[in-house]
Amino acid sequence: MYDPVGALQPGTYAGFAEVQVLPPQGMIVVRGDLSDGALQSAVTAAVPLAMPGQTGASFENGRGIFWMSPDELLLMCPYAEVAGHVDSIGKALAGTHHLVADISDARAVFAVDGVDAREVLGKLTPADLAPSVFGPGSFRRTRLAQVPAAVLCETDNRFVLVCFRSVAGYVHELLKTAAIPGSEVGYWRD
Amino acid sequence: MSTRLGKGGRLLDRSRPLEFTFNGKRMKGYRGDTLASALLANGQTLVGRSFKYHRPRGIVASGAEEPNALVNLGRDGRFEPNQRATTQELFDGLTAESQNHWPSLEFDVGVVNNYASKFLPAGFYYKTFMAPRPAWKHVFEPFIRKSAGLGRAPVDRDADIYEHFHLHVDILVIGGGIAGLTAAKQAAATGASVLVVEQTAHWGGRAPVDAGEIDGVPAADWVKNAVEQLESADNVRMFSRCMGSGVYDHGSVLAYERLTDHAPQDDTPRHRLWRIRTKHVITATGAIERPLSFAGNDLPGVMLAGAVRDYAVNWGVSAGDRTVVVTNNDDAYRTAFALLEMGLEVPAIVDARTTPQSPLIEKARAMGIRVETGRGVAKVKGRARVEGVAITTQAGEGAVLETIPCDVVAMSGGWSPVVHLWSHCGGKLTWDETQAFFRPDRTKAPTGDKGQPFVTVVGSANGMLGTAEVLADAHAGGGAAVASVTGQEPATVPVPQAEAETPAPIEPVWMMPQGASHELRSKMWLDYQNDVKVSDVQLAAREGYESVEHTKRYTTLGMATDQGKLSNINGLAVLAQSLNADIPAVGTTTFRPPYTPISMGSIAGEARGEIFQPLRRTPMDDWHDANGAYWEPVGHWRRPYCYRGVAETAAEAVIREVKNVREGVGLLDASTLGKILVKGPDAGRFLDMMYTNMMSTLKVGRCRYGLMCSENGFLMDDGVVARVGEDEWLCHTTSGGADHIHAHMEEWLQTEWWDWKVYTANLTEQYAQIGVVGPKAREVLELVGGMDVSKETLPFMAWADGQLDGIPVRIYRISFSGELSFEIATKAGYGRALWDKLLEAGRVFGVMPYGTEALHVLRAEKGFIMIGDESDGTVIPQDLGLDWAISKKKEDFIGKRAQERSHFADPERWKLVGLETTDGSVIEDGAYAVAPGENVNGQRNVQGRVTSTYWSPTLNRGIAMGLVAHGPDRMGEVVEFSKVDGGTVAAKIVSPVFYDPEGEKQNV
Repeated sequence: MYDPVGALQPGTYAGFAEVQVLPPQGMIVVRGDLSDGALQSAVTAAVPLAMPGQTGASFENGRGIFWMSPDELLLMCPYAEVAGHVDSIGKALAGTHHLVADISDARAVFAVDGVDAREVLGKLTPADLAPSVFGPGSFRRTRLAQVPAAVLCETDNRFVLVCFRSVAGYVHELLKTAAIPGSEVGYWRD
Repeated sequence: MSTRLGKGGRLLDRSRPLEFTFNGKRMKGYRGDTLASALLANGQTLVGRSFKYHRPRGIVASGAEEPNALVNLGRDGRFEPNQRATTQELFDGLTAESQNHWPSLEFDVGVVNNYASKFLPAGFYYKTFMAPRPAWKHVFEPFIRKSAGLGRAPVDRDADIYEHFHLHVDILVIGGGIAGLTAAKQAAATGASVLVVEQTAHWGGRAPVDAGEIDGVPAADWVKNAVEQLESADNVRMFSRCMGSGVYDHGSVLAYERLTDHAPQDDTPRHRLWRIRTKHVITATGAIERPLSFAGNDLPGVMLAGAVRDYAVNWGVSAGDRTVVVTNNDDAYRTAFALLEMGLEVPAIVDARTTPQSPLIEKARAMGIRVETGRGVAKVKGRARVEGVAITTQAGEGAVLETIPCDVVAMSGGWSPVVHLWSHCGGKLTWDETQAFFRPDRTKAPTGDKGQPFVTVVGSANGMLGTAEVLADAHAGGGAAVASVTGQEPATVPVPQAEAETPAPIEPVWMMPQGASHELRSKMWLDYQNDVKVSDVQLAAREGYESVEHTKRYTTLGMATDQGKLSNINGLAVLAQSLNADIPAVGTTTFRPPYTPISMGSIAGEARGEIFQPLRRTPMDDWHDANGAYWEPVGHWRRPYCYRGVAETAAEAVIREVKNVREGVGLLDASTLGKILVKGPDAGRFLDMMYTNMMSTLKVGRCRYGLMCSENGFLMDDGVVARVGEDEWLCHTTSGGADHIHAHMEEWLQTEWWDWKVYTANLTEQYAQIGVVGPKAREVLELVGGMDVSKETLPFMAWADGQLDGIPVRIYRISFSGELSFEIATKAGYGRALWDKLLEAGRVFGVMPYGTEALHVLRAEKGFIMIGDESDGTVIPQDLGLDWAISKKKEDFIGKRAQERSHFADPERWKLVGLETTDGSVIEDGAYAVAPGENVNGQRNVQGRVTSTYWSPTLNRGIAMGLVAHGPDRMGEVVEFSKVDGGTVAAKIVSPVFYDPEGEKQNV
């Protein structure tokens, strides 16, 4: 009857890289013993990808498993699937110490796309973004200027960012400011 | 007169003429000029007035060390004071004006200070404090304010934008001269990532002017080849106009890139502050020439010898027709050669050394230049600029032997390595007796996390003055630095070769002549910008100043915007001499970042305007904004304080909103409340520790209000806890407390109770939360439909899950207003839809949204406390009469032990009561309850203070809560509260619960 509404309307800003507001994305927090087989199979049953190692990520076509801390994972999946996965993981882990919760609505998601996309982020996060360190498949919890955020390198030219919903407007303005045409640093070009 | 030469100027593009103005006068220059070279080319030798005595000042240097040529640059949104003409590249349309002059640069009234200099000695400012007090207020302060200061403060908003850039790199090379380039080539050869930054727009540093040939080609060509080679390397990045500004702990470095200062434009960043993390820093920052201290050395036309030849060679500018070179070392001879080559006159080289011998001196003599050894300058002749120099014996007292007419004096007191970046993070210096300068002590480098040196200094910055030495040092230093980072020696890159030099040794000259009279010493400037003379430092020494740091502050030596780049070494040498101490025993002042001033805009970066700070918005923010929200900041959130109707004041709106809640129904956006999920087999036990009351006994489906204290027992946060599952609780926190309470929980779990099985998750932003509050609240929900919200199914302090018009919700029956109240949580993505639905359904009941102020008034009428009003970090729950919420049964909770301390059990602690003014007025915010008598400080005694005070629309009178000594035992008593105007207002002590003390209205 009602569709979920994201903090910002999806859209794009054409800077020297394109800043895209993405529609609501399903996200689930799972806390527990990550080495536990039951947890691993519950998680990978919901999101059929490989379990990531420390600081790692597995993702494909809008689904992903992201290592957040030694006892925390972030799962991504289509928004509509979340309730089912929360339920199934909860059931699978019943009796073991764990926490699973829907956090899809607590987040806003952006993409930065383009040859110099990496530089847009370089202006805002202190994380090491050198292509040799932060190549496709890399994932970091860090900050963008004054707020926490997570950054995923999808390809060398495309990055996906996750921040808290309440600061979506702030982060959007940050990204647009950092992507102003003519402000390219040109640092990581070949 | 200075002028443009017919030829020369390796940095000029004479096909690109530019126009600019100085003090409103139109002038011409070329692309490639600095503002300083262009001013000289236009004959403008007078560029400013000094800080204290308003003496005429000209350009002294050609780079970042320039003390005098500071200008007000630009206009309106691009106006900026204290811009250094020597580092400002010229662009078409540049406007500059000189500073510290009145009414004009040529005729300045303040110059009378010059004649009153006897009354403005070192420490003048401090000495004024010893005068009678009225003298300070009426004489000294107005005088000092009038005469002090350089540029004007900007008035307009900055028209430019700025940004940061974060970078991790293996090796950072600061300085793009031949040393930096050589070291960078070494670094590049290993495959490590390398960034080279250079503060000017040109690579090569001084080498194209001074170095002759390197590897058999002219230095400029060698530089060009080296830059091309480095630029083509995949692992190297080169940025000019980018100054290494500061070196900080663990390889953190700031660099300051000036993107558009040379060509201002809209909509792209003007400056970029690079925030670099590097494994190793190579500083190749060169050296700065020192002035000589002789009388009149501050007159326009007295310049550094190196600068005089820079202007000639780099910009085709002659500082004057006749230049006398004054020196104590060989390097200044190069200035004579350069000038002669340009066809200018050098009447004499005055060399303070008695019998120096070297090929350069021989060459000068062979060219027919008059070289006077063992001589010095007694004084410079001229009023507004140099007209001649009086020559004396350096060993003597200043008897004039001869006067040589000239219009430029090119001085050189030797070179000082630029050790700033080496020193910022703790690199130590050593005094080099032979070369008369402080150089880095390579054995005492700044150290990183494992104690490893993380800065290597190379080239002139390391005290190497000859080209061949510089290259060899940079090659070796670069190689060693690289090896320390990568663990491998760089591939064999040959050492660049240059001809070895055999200069005659420098002879330290700290005063010229060495036996100068007091009169001469009073005209020898050390610090040009702050007007500090040799006599001032000597006076400080006589007055007992022994530490160089104290002398600096007393005399202001080196405290100007140039931070003493020219004056420090000369000043401390004079101090050492006066104290009869060795120079290394006196030491240097501290070198602090930034190397030269960086813009405030670059420090702020993107953080201005809309994105100065993060602004947190709830899912209903757009609606509030479109419907008259009068915003209030709550942490980083913005929340409606009230919703103003047409022609309604905020105060009127609050009254309307309160009444509407009491009589009908109101809607509150409570989404900002913290919501922390706590889950696990030990969650109940954990919450019993976090809260003062019992949470483990709460039944699933029920809510309980709880208090949290710090380990010191002070009230920290409060909120309603709901048990949402067998091993699962949802803790509501205050809006401002969500993040720190979550962190507080995690800290205890991770450090103290790491073996307890508890997980937490901060779900604050997952849910929008809407309060439906007022006697008609139930009717609104029933009209929306979908859930049974009757008292029987959903009693007070219970919660239930369900759907309202198809939207999944959880309803908590909790009340912060004293009225029938439902707090409805839904996923944030449905928050706006639910809000709209409730407004629509509530229309027939007269529903209105209400803001935070109405919320405050409603809770105050009920005597509910507010964290931050009734608590301020010094208040314990017992002060607030909340003993009922402190469990007596529990063995422990955070804060319990602290609350048992005698001071916390003291009956004299002020306690919470309600207050009613006898005249019905509102007690002022923060008012104190006064008591008879005065304290030891002559202040009125007090017996309490107000914590919350409001106009109550419900009771139609002022109500307040406050902490009062023995308050609860003094019901009915009248106490006086202070007013800002000095009077008092009488208030009766009453129960803090003004409205519905039985709690009947919320429980229906």
